[in-house]
Amino acid sequence: MHDINSPVQPQSGNPFATRSKKAKRLEAFFSLMLRLATYFILICAFYVFGDIVVKGAPVVFKAEFPFVNTTFFTKSPETLVVFETEDGEIHQLGYRDFTAFKDANPGVEIVKENTHSYSAGGILGPLVGTALLTLICITVALFIGLAAAIFLNEYSGKGGYMDAIRLAILNLAGVPSIVFGLFGLGLFCLFFPVIVSEANLRTDLAFEIFGSGKYLAFQGWGTSLLAGGLTLAVMILPVIITACEESLKAIPQGFREASLALGATKWQSIRTAVLPYAFPGMLTASILGVTRVAGETAPIMFTAALAHKDKLPWQDIGGEGRSAVFDFFSQSVQALPYHIYTVSAKIPQSEYTKPMQYGSVFVFMLLVMIFSALSVYMRVHYRSKVKW
Amino acid sequence: MNVTMSETQMDTLKPESELTSNARPVEAGDVVIEIDDVNFSYDGNKDVLRDVSMNIAPNEVTAFIGPSGCGKTTLLRCLNRMNDLIPGAGLTKGAIRILDTNIYDPAVDSIELRKHVGMVFQKYNPFPKSIYENVAYGLRIQGIRNKAMLDEVVRESLTAAGLWEEVKDRLDSSGLGLSGGQQQRLCIARTIAVQPKIILMDEPCSALDPISTARIEDLITQLKTQFTIVIVTHNMQQATRVSDKTAFFYLGELIEMADTTKIFSNPSMRQTEDYISGRFG
Repeated sequence: MHDINSPVQPQSGNPFATRSKKAKRLEAFFSLMLRLATYFILICAFYVFGDIVVKGAPVVFKAEFPFVNTTFFTKSPETLVVFETEDGEIHQLGYRDFTAFKDANPGVEIVKENTHSYSAGGILGPLVGTALLTLICITVALFIGLAAAIFLNEYSGKGGYMDAIRLAILNLAGVPSIVFGLFGLGLFCLFFPVIVSEANLRTDLAFEIFGSGKYLAFQGWGTSLLAGGLTLAVMILPVIITACEESLKAIPQGFREASLALGATKWQSIRTAVLPYAFPGMLTASILGVTRVAGETAPIMFTAALAHKDKLPWQDIGGEGRSAVFDFFSQSVQALPYHIYTVSAKIPQSEYTKPMQYGSVFVFMLLVMIFSALSVYMRVHYRSKVKW
Repeated sequence: MNVTMSETQMDTLKPESELTSNARPVEAGDVVIEIDDVNFSYDGNKDVLRDVSMNIAPNEVTAFIGPSGCGKTTLLRCLNRMNDLIPGAGLTKGAIRILDTNIYDPAVDSIELRKHVGMVFQKYNPFPKSIYENVAYGLRIQGIRNKAMLDEVVRESLTAAGLWEEVKDRLDSSGLGLSGGQQQRLCIARTIAVQPKIILMDEPCSALDPISTARIEDLITQLKTQFTIVIVTHNMQQATRVSDKTAFFYLGELIEMADTTKIFSNPSMRQTEDYISGRFG
């Protein structure tokens, strides 16, 4: 009897013994490579987070009650003055405190004095600015994005025209954020119309409004909260549209048909039998969108952000015949990502600038993590609640 | 959930429901749906229904049978213009008249039509709302807010669908918490609530177990006193059990339509005989 296995069959008679050592070694090699690639990502993540947490957490938290560095959250950035008094003591004070110190101790002679920009105080201004920008952005983007998604998913038919629209949305998502920044600068800051009593000479487009002495001038809103929020909204639109569309697609066709078969109009069926069930998904995706726009620097660089500002957005607005609402939306604001950019790249570095840098980044990272966790929680929560 | 056959002899249904009182009095021999030489196409090129003509009488159950892809569901969905939802689809020839009105006339509002021609789907599809809100849905979208009126319609509709006794204590719990058969009866109640003249059923039992199926079939027999029912079914036994008339479709054509007893005992067409005897399909 001819046995094809006989040459390699081990003595023990085990028919399943390893035959090819080479295949086995290759298998081990590739599984190791894949494993290492995965660990590499892990190491990078750990290094980045670890570095920020180790250096940033001590700035934000402290050992004694209330465990949080309140100054960091209640003051806006200011210049740090490091000075040595004649008794050899080294002080670190914010610029305002420093002048107060000098006034209070006129006898004390200051031997050495160094200033470090933006390294004292806290990040209240940037936090508030980012919150406002994000709020404007998400309000506008959700409104337009949801409307567009409903149209694309529920009303529009198929065909070349619709394909072109979808392609445009896809392309919009791929545009670099600096381009959106320039777009916002060109459209909102330099072109959008304002009503003024005297038109800027720069613009050719200005129309007098029926002899009222006021002009509708296409001279732009300047760098402003509204311009920044709208620029961010345009940037996030593709993400919102896609997310909303996916949520709408996840709703069973049966709901729409059942509703229509009961004599509902299309809009009624969308409003009562589709949107309520698609909303949680849209919200979840939008929160993720928020974390993305909150971190964008380039689009707000030209349109809204300001490196330094003493006052909070709601301070010192209105008055003297000016509308407070107009002032509020037309002012520039500080923003957290831009602030991080400033303190880490635009000022001379020293050991005194580090706490502000790491503290800001740490807070920012914490915020993003909280929002992401919130979105995950909402997804799980609604999944368990609404099922079909 | 634990429905037994004895329970299917429903004592819950009021045979003379108030729903009947508003129904148009119909004469014997009346025609409710008149399908006149209809061709239908999904894309404007290939007709999936060809030269279909039939009359459907009031307060009868008419069953559409035939192998998959024969056009029976397409025809059913023509009757309440659900096919309008598909871009490019439409009749390419002929007319469908319901209550003597051509429903494809431009003056006919498909929304209004669907209030008169209700539909029950193959896969039971209650909304993820409460049982009460599911039944009240059709009235709510018509702008009816009167609580007493809604309460009454919900009770009557659930009673007519044979579901009232089972759910009356948990009207506020989700409709999706019911068993499959109960969900389908909830969908029937939801359809009844808007008081249609005609109820279209697209394989209403295909996703259900035999006991739930028996219950729905009993329900269909009872509902025909109030409504004209057109049912698409893959199950020939079901057609013999519930229907008065049966229409056999094959490859987009109506091969034969006659009394159910005649179709299943003495069909006049060879294809019908082959199909019902299980030689194909």
